[in-house]
Amino acid sequence: MQVPILKQGPYVIASIQAALTDDDLLQLRDALVEQVGRHRSRGVIVDVTVLDVMDSFAVRTVRDIAHMTRLRGAETVIVGIQPDVAFAMVQLGLKLEGIACALDLEEGLAYLDQTSRGSAGRGH
Amino acid sequence: MDTESRVTIHSPTDIVTARQEVRRLASQVGFDGMDLTVVATAVSEVARNIIEYAVSGEIVIRTLSDAGRPGIMMVATDEGPGIPDIEQAMLDGFSTSKGLGIGLPGARRLMDHFEVRSQIGRGTTVIMKKWLQGGE
Repeated sequence: MQVPILKQGPYVIASIQAALTDDDLLQLRDALVEQVGRHRSRGVIVDVTVLDVMDSFAVRTVRDIAHMTRLRGAETVIVGIQPDVAFAMVQLGLKLEGIACALDLEEGLAYLDQTSRGSAGRGH
Repeated sequence: MDTESRVTIHSPTDIVTARQEVRRLASQVGFDGMDLTVVATAVSEVARNIIEYAVSGEIVIRTLSDAGRPGIMMVATDEGPGIPDIEQAMLDGFSTSKGLGIGLPGARRLMDHFEVRSQIGRGTTVIMKKWLQGGE
């Protein structure tokens, strides 16, 4: 099941709609890295609200998305990690250190607005 | 209401099926919210181990009742190469594959009972149990 990716201003938003297979996750990663270039995006939001499980592979792929898009000049925010999923991730020892997370889409957009203003202020 | 489900694991798509099946059976015996996520995540990790190390195998999910206390048991078997050193495989951060090394030790932390049996050249069996409201 392919994840729809929407362009919103300087950002691209991937809204996961259902459980994803490993292949779906890899496809999402590649699509986001490509679309950041096509739309010249400054930010990426990955909405994982509907995911009821984030196992080691999902966490690794999300981390890869954040690092790869950063190398392409866009900041990634993961939004919507559910409380149960957060609990299971901590128990499993799965970390998203150095990767921005926000409560929901709204907070994610606010975060990106803030970071892009910050970099504009530094003379870009 | 069925009490057992078998999921053949031979492609990454089967990992999703195994997660859904364990959720279905566990919710039948009264698990909810966090416990459902926990058992589904543990099953995901052991299913992943099967694919990474043994290529194919099977996960049997069974509902339990111990003196009226409901629980769920998940037995993952494969006929892969086996684990040479189980103690080492259970250490955090140890992995011989491309994973993050949290597979088995991580899954153990999520379960009330966790047991690994392995024979070199014969395969590996992981037995996990989770009781409703925790505790062994």
